[in-house]
Amino acid sequence: MSEVPRSATEPGAFSEWLRRSTWVDHVLLAIRISVAALVLVGLAGGLTAGTYSAADFVSFTMFGLTIGSIYALIALGYTMVYGILRMINFAHGDVMMIGSFAGLFAAGALNDAGLVNALPLLALPLVLAAGMAGGAAMSLIIERIAYRPFLHVRSLAPLICAIGMSFVLQYAARGLFGTRNRAYPGFGWMEGTVSLFGLIVPIPQIVAFIAALIVLAGLLALVKLSPLGKAMRAVAEDRDAAALVGINVGAVIVATFAIGGAMAGVAGVLYALVFKQITVFMGFALGVKGFAAAILGGIGNLGGALLGGLVLGLAEALGPALVLEGFGLPAPYQLKDVIGYGMLVMILIFRPQGLLGERLASKRA
Amino acid sequence: MSFNAVTSSFKVTRRRRAPLAETLQVGALAGFAAIGFALIGAYVAMDKRHVVEDTLTLSQIAFALMAIAAGYVAGRDRQGRPSGTRVVVHGAVAGLMAGLCVSALLLLMGSISLRATLVAASPMLIKALSLGAPIGSLQALVQLPALGALLGVIGGLFAAMPSRYRRALTYGFAAVLIAGLFRDVFVSVLENLPDLNGPDWEVFGPGGLNRGAALVLLVAGGLFCLLRDRWNARIDPARRARSSKAGLVLLLVGVLVLPLVTNDFVAQVAMLVALYMLMGMGLNIELGLAGLVDLGFVAFFAVGAYTVALMCSSGPLAVADVSFWVALPVAVVLAAGAGMLFGLPVLRVRGDYLAMATLGLGEIIRVLVLSDALAPYLGGSQGIIEIDHPRIFGISLQSPAALYYLALALAGVVAFISWRLQHARIGRAWLAMREDEDVAQALGIDPVASKLLAYTIGAAFAGAAGAVFAALVGSVYPHSFQLLVSINVLAILVIGGLGSLPGVLVGAIVLIGLPELLREFGEFRYLFYGIALVAMMHVRAEGLWPATTQTKENARA
Repeated sequence: MSEVPRSATEPGAFSEWLRRSTWVDHVLLAIRISVAALVLVGLAGGLTAGTYSAADFVSFTMFGLTIGSIYALIALGYTMVYGILRMINFAHGDVMMIGSFAGLFAAGALNDAGLVNALPLLALPLVLAAGMAGGAAMSLIIERIAYRPFLHVRSLAPLICAIGMSFVLQYAARGLFGTRNRAYPGFGWMEGTVSLFGLIVPIPQIVAFIAALIVLAGLLALVKLSPLGKAMRAVAEDRDAAALVGINVGAVIVATFAIGGAMAGVAGVLYALVFKQITVFMGFALGVKGFAAAILGGIGNLGGALLGGLVLGLAEALGPALVLEGFGLPAPYQLKDVIGYGMLVMILIFRPQGLLGERLASKRA
Repeated sequence: MSFNAVTSSFKVTRRRRAPLAETLQVGALAGFAAIGFALIGAYVAMDKRHVVEDTLTLSQIAFALMAIAAGYVAGRDRQGRPSGTRVVVHGAVAGLMAGLCVSALLLLMGSISLRATLVAASPMLIKALSLGAPIGSLQALVQLPALGALLGVIGGLFAAMPSRYRRALTYGFAAVLIAGLFRDVFVSVLENLPDLNGPDWEVFGPGGLNRGAALVLLVAGGLFCLLRDRWNARIDPARRARSSKAGLVLLLVGVLVLPLVTNDFVAQVAMLVALYMLMGMGLNIELGLAGLVDLGFVAFFAVGAYTVALMCSSGPLAVADVSFWVALPVAVVLAAGAGMLFGLPVLRVRGDYLAMATLGLGEIIRVLVLSDALAPYLGGSQGIIEIDHPRIFGISLQSPAALYYLALALAGVVAFISWRLQHARIGRAWLAMREDEDVAQALGIDPVASKLLAYTIGAAFAGAAGAVFAALVGSVYPHSFQLLVSINVLAILVIGGLGSLPGVLVGAIVLIGLPELLREFGEFRYLFYGIALVAMMHVRAEGLWPATTQTKENARA
């Protein structure tokens, strides 16, 4: 929005807005109001309908936080690459899928050795490491093929290449690993449930949530404290200036892709831990959700990715029960994705800088 | 949008290694490509397809091409020139390396079973890669590197050849490959020719070309190329410039008579091509001219299809039972309305963000149509069935050929509209906006109005395509409207050339027609799309048939 913000108390603020705004602004405002009204009506209906108990909502919340932390991990890859290149890695969701499969094979090997069932706390980090390695390697290949050759030009080429890579990964994986669903082996005691404040919570959800937080904390420390993190922030700020002060820009970009891919690999393994089944086509939808989380938090902002992921996860977990139920729709959970995609579209349209972002907007998105 | 606007002076330069190391790297790359090709199951699938009867299968050709390509690249020096002994030595080394990679795979598969992880690492693959030698024998392991080295040398020699003969050889080889691959189409044409009584038995065997015919085609293709080069050299350049127009006319004539001289299957494929052309021209206005990346394009296609379905179906969900010709304009108008509705909010979103926003919108529509909540109106996953075929002068258009001409006629109308729009004031406004929105606005172009118009018109074209789709299939299901359709259309534009109308035709033939004719390899279709998109961006970003403005721009640069 180009208009200068004015305080609401100033006389004539509204007439000034009317004078400056075009009919497009009016339509957008109408869309905003109607979406807000829809959500409020649904919320009121959902809260009064009483289909679900308070315990239900708490377990929805728990689930939302778990899936949200996975979204956050995926979002980190988008946000880091975007911060540095101002480009979206369209194939990032498929990097996650590859990481998940790398983890699957590691878990299979460890399971043959009997390690997974006996010592899950030792096996899980190993499987996570395999997922990270797979994701990072894949991400590097994508950087090499789809981004590095087009670094010095502004064009559609990287976007189209990344879309192409996404298809190559999905269908190559389909040829390599087959179309049927694959299941992770059971991680010993992690399979069960635990009673938490009077609630039955599956342990994998808790493990995934905690693991995601640990990895996120590690990443934040890396970016904020290490020399590499400093170089990354410098390149994000101004690539040419960073090159002038002696930063190896190419190496920083490579490192960024590797770290983003590793985060996606972690997300893939944790997803499999919670949902058990993985397929070669799961990357796409999760990738879009991860992107939505990155946008929601403010792209280029690491803390924002975490916040965006959790908010999106909660919205998806609670939305169908809270809002859609209020309209008396049959099978509201089928429309869970509509909430996720809807939030993505709404944020892109109305607040492209996200919840925490402040810059961008006028910069060429 | 253009492919050469510099944003940053920073450029990554490629590190150079020692010549032999680079050659080994090239060979290893070809080897990995071959291993990948084998392990995704493509080798076994394509080994069943004979290009030359009992002599060469498609997968053998693919492997040979990889080794030859490795030799070709390795045979040239840093300036890209082939030189003396280099072509032989480096070509052989690169080919040997590629062959060794495949041999290593064979050895690995022979000693441990990889099937639990890699589903395609089957005994069938081992047998196919052994090329007839006893499985597990030394011969099977040694012959691959030896063959690789031989092919690598051939590749190197190919690089060293005068370009005239290189082109001639390529033409001849392409003629053999095309004839062998599309055997069924050619056989159906030959059968329809009245006077030549059954020469098809001589040219084609039950699986592919016969050996003699392959040889004749190879020579004929080569001769054609040599003669044409000679001819081109003699006539003046102004006439040569017209050759692209002549090509277009030839293409159009071929398109018109195609279903008459072949069978129903080919006509049906041609109809799909025409349908995707309709959509391609729609997206061409949005993406090719106005530069708006739209990944939710399939939503407009769905609007058109569901409109016709609801208005023409005799099933229980129908809201009206009118003829196709009444429903078609309604479908177009509704799709245009949907385009405007979508376009309004996303107008201010640019570039990659726009791609994601439209993708989100498209997916929302699909999930909504699929949901139980809207099932009473749109049929949910059951879809809408029993849609009447369009009738013209009392004749029901049912045969694939008739529907093909319907789709083609619509495509012709749309192509005419697109062509006029492109060269009208609004078309130039779109181009200006695509290149630089801020400058365009400063020049007095209203970005909101022109973007919205691009969206609306593009959506209207897609709606027309959806309407024809519903009429020809006779039923609509939500799963026909996946993101893949949008990607297909995007790929058509990219492959054909953004902003180029003949490019849409070429792209649709290459990406829709060819894969449909090669149905047996359907599972590799999207893999091929992905590779084509990536390769296109690297090798020929302007497309197979670039738009004239793009050509001019490149000439200046």
